[in-house]
Amino acid sequence: MSLAELAARHGLSVSGARPSLGEYARQLWSRRHFILAFSQAKLMAQYGQARLGQLWQVVTPLLNACVYFFIFGLVLKGRGGMGNSEYIPFLVTGVFVFTFTQNSVMSGVKAISGNLGLVRALHFPRASLPISFSLQQLQQLLFSMSVLVIVMLGFQHWPTWTWFAVVPALLLQLLFNTGLALVMARLGSNTPDLAQLMPFILRTWMYASGVMFPLREKLDGSDVPGWVGDIMQANPAAVYMDLMRYALMHGSYHDTVPTSTWLWALGWAVVFGTGGFVYFWKAEEQYGRG
Amino acid sequence: MAESDIPSETGLRPGAGIPSEADGRIPTVVADDLHIVYRVYGASARGNATSALRRILRRESPASRVREVHAVRGVTFVAYRGEAIGLIGSNGSGKSTLLRAIAGLLPAERGRVYTDGQPSLLGVNAALMNDLTGERNVILGGLAMGMTREQIRSRYQQIVDFSGINEKGDFISLPMRTYSSGMQARLRFSIAAAKDHDVLMIDEALATGDKSFRRRSEQRIRELRSEAGTVFLVSHNNKTIRDTCDRVLWLEKGELLMDGPADQVLKAYEEETGK
Repeated sequence: MSLAELAARHGLSVSGARPSLGEYARQLWSRRHFILAFSQAKLMAQYGQARLGQLWQVVTPLLNACVYFFIFGLVLKGRGGMGNSEYIPFLVTGVFVFTFTQNSVMSGVKAISGNLGLVRALHFPRASLPISFSLQQLQQLLFSMSVLVIVMLGFQHWPTWTWFAVVPALLLQLLFNTGLALVMARLGSNTPDLAQLMPFILRTWMYASGVMFPLREKLDGSDVPGWVGDIMQANPAAVYMDLMRYALMHGSYHDTVPTSTWLWALGWAVVFGTGGFVYFWKAEEQYGRG
Repeated sequence: MAESDIPSETGLRPGAGIPSEADGRIPTVVADDLHIVYRVYGASARGNATSALRRILRRESPASRVREVHAVRGVTFVAYRGEAIGLIGSNGSGKSTLLRAIAGLLPAERGRVYTDGQPSLLGVNAALMNDLTGERNVILGGLAMGMTREQIRSRYQQIVDFSGINEKGDFISLPMRTYSSGMQARLRFSIAAAKDHDVLMIDEALATGDKSFRRRSEQRIRELRSEAGTVFLVSHNNKTIRDTCDRVLWLEKGELLMDGPADQVLKAYEEETGK
């Protein structure tokens, strides 16, 4: 009798084998408390040694926005036709929303390769890690949102019914980010060099998405071919930023956001959310080698 | 030691433990010609930028700089319910790697491991965070091991009492980085030992803490042993192995050198190492 037959006779299963997709999703769901606790722990530990502690959660994004305002709003005059009362909320929203995606990607790349100790010591669906990091970034963004509300009120963008659109916009972006983080986690697990390369790709993406200038207006006045302009406008970062600006601001920029943006947002979320999950699951049994 | 030194009729040869049909024992772990290979990046690179550039100009593929470490080479054995198995061998002989492969944490290069249920490695070090309080770490570690929130809540006090962290004041509400290394080790062991396991693997966890804590943890290991189906123990302490194990696997350079009753294998091992 061979060993494989012996194992089969006594109902033993192959150790470390990849479960079916449905089973994997079920395992992941049963680990939801761990995923949430891990993301909160990471968030708490991030500023654990700083004197101001958790206050940095709010101060960091605010300082970022100040830097961009100084460079793009005052020095380079990249603001299009917008006055301060429109440009500053426009800029701050863009910075916060893009940072959400940017940080999800960066932590996704290191989700497996930076936690090999954990992967090699304990058993859990590995997708827990990138998902957990995306949730950490969401919580970080929610801190930033409190700053955002103050900025909006400070520049007299009073709450309207469209503020409720923030919730679906954030959920769609979270789904997109998580999917992207899952893809990056798998790529980063066998190509550690990606962590060095990603900052450049992300910066290019940021400048191409209109974080600090109105993308549509700039494209109209330039000699960029039409299809390039279409791609730039349909890119997920631009789409999610536009939705948030549409929801929170009023004025001329609010009126230029097309309705089709919602369809793009939904499409990107579904494609990356499901695609990223399946792509990550396909290599489940391989994580931990390195 | 040359392999021919081992008399083959005693059944101590690796792989001799493969059962016949009439055997009534229930296997819990089956390793079938298991090979584990680590891949190390940049190990051969002589670390400066000019040499890296020269390699690119000579068109050496990046793959040629990956060094492979063949840590486990064709290990075959069958473990049964109720057995306590010790793993011995010199440093770097592949003991810990073998444990991780059994737990399904390291993918096999060739061969397979079959297990009954989910074997677990005793240890949560990697899940804990130094900047968090001991209290939060207990919860996080428990969740990472797959316990439910209710289980952790009901065992929380037990874990804290067992670790003895609060004996000298309310330390559990301080960040873990403020603990002494002995206190950290005690808390880690207490969290790890709070869960019940089917197939339990212990990697030299006994040598932590002061004398009274060591006695308590040895007691806890014995309890875990009686609850678990099969126990694997890695240790460099032959006395610990003799006290707790009835069967011993001797690994050397990733190969299974000997497999048999604890006394016989340990005797041969001690003769070889001169202890």
